Amino acid sequence: MRVEVNGETMVPRANTLAELLLDCGFETAAVATAVNGQFVPRGARVGHRLADGDRIEVLSPMQGG
Amino acid sequence: MFYGVTLNSRLMLGTAQYPSPAILQQAIAASGAEVITVSLRREGRGGADFRRLIAETGCRILPNTAGCHTAAEAVTTAQMAREVFGTNWIKLEVIGHADTLQPDPFALVEAARTLCADGFEVFPYTTEDLILGEKLVEAGCQVLMPWGAPIGSGQGLRNIEGLRSMRAHFPDIPLVVDAGIGAPSQAAQAMELGYDAVLLNTAVAKALDPVAMAGAFGQAVSAGQMAAEAGLMPRRDMAAASTPIFGLAEL
Repeated sequence: MRVEVNGETMVPRANTLAELLLDCGFETAAVATAVNGQFVPRGARVGHRLADGDRIEVLSPMQGG
Repeated sequence: MFYGVTLNSRLMLGTAQYPSPAILQQAIAASGAEVITVSLRREGRGGADFRRLIAETGCRILPNTAGCHTAAEAVTTAQMAREVFGTNWIKLEVIGHADTLQPDPFALVEAARTLCADGFEVFPYTTEDLILGEKLVEAGCQVLMPWGAPIGSGQGLRNIEGLRSMRAHFPDIPLVVDAGIGAPSQAAQAMELGYDAVLLNTAVAKALDPVAMAGAFGQAVSAGQMAAEAGLMPRRDMAAASTPIFGLAEL
């Protein structure tokens, strides 16, 4: 299975979004996630199973106008 | 009142493009702004430092959806922002054209309708178009943010009469001039027109001395607000002597 995390292709060991975030070393409480353009709330990450080709975005606060 | 929140300072400040995080922090303090805008981007290095910095300012956060070109992107970004920042406030930007950064009015209304129905308190970046403003209010927006000029252009208020009409057309809706302001005098002018606040970023961030410029904008916005409350004199086409004729000497 291959997925994209913030534009980078990878082969995850994880089965769920929550595990993937931990494996990638994200500060899970400080980021927001979307899979294939759909928001996945913090509480739903544990139950969100990854699928081949998933596009995952992991976003955090940044400078903006 | 911005969704029930009273602000003493009517300057809202963006946090991008400053020479350093320290200067950003000092500029926010010097401006007196109580609201700062931030974005959501892919988590990378420096993220934790920035989170600490914005928390330390004590300012209310207005997250934006900058860079979104469709209603769906903007809605997803807003949902992510609400979780990260713990606020229902969202500065809704749906960009229609990469060069002008002009809002896409159709996608803007669509996104605003979805977000308002979902409990968001939407600050839409819009134009001075009155019908578009009405559609946004119908969609549930209780604030409108017309542009002064294209984002980052520093041209000031390009359509002063249009902005004046908008103020008259929406007497009870808080209006914020967002984008295009380049000089404190232009910010003061927006306030003198009766606008409730101004939102700007580049004019401070790209000044030679951003901290001093932040202070200048803070004072200009405050002066413009005082002027609007004091009531400007009516404009005349011809001169009218201010010194009384009565008692004039015959020499």
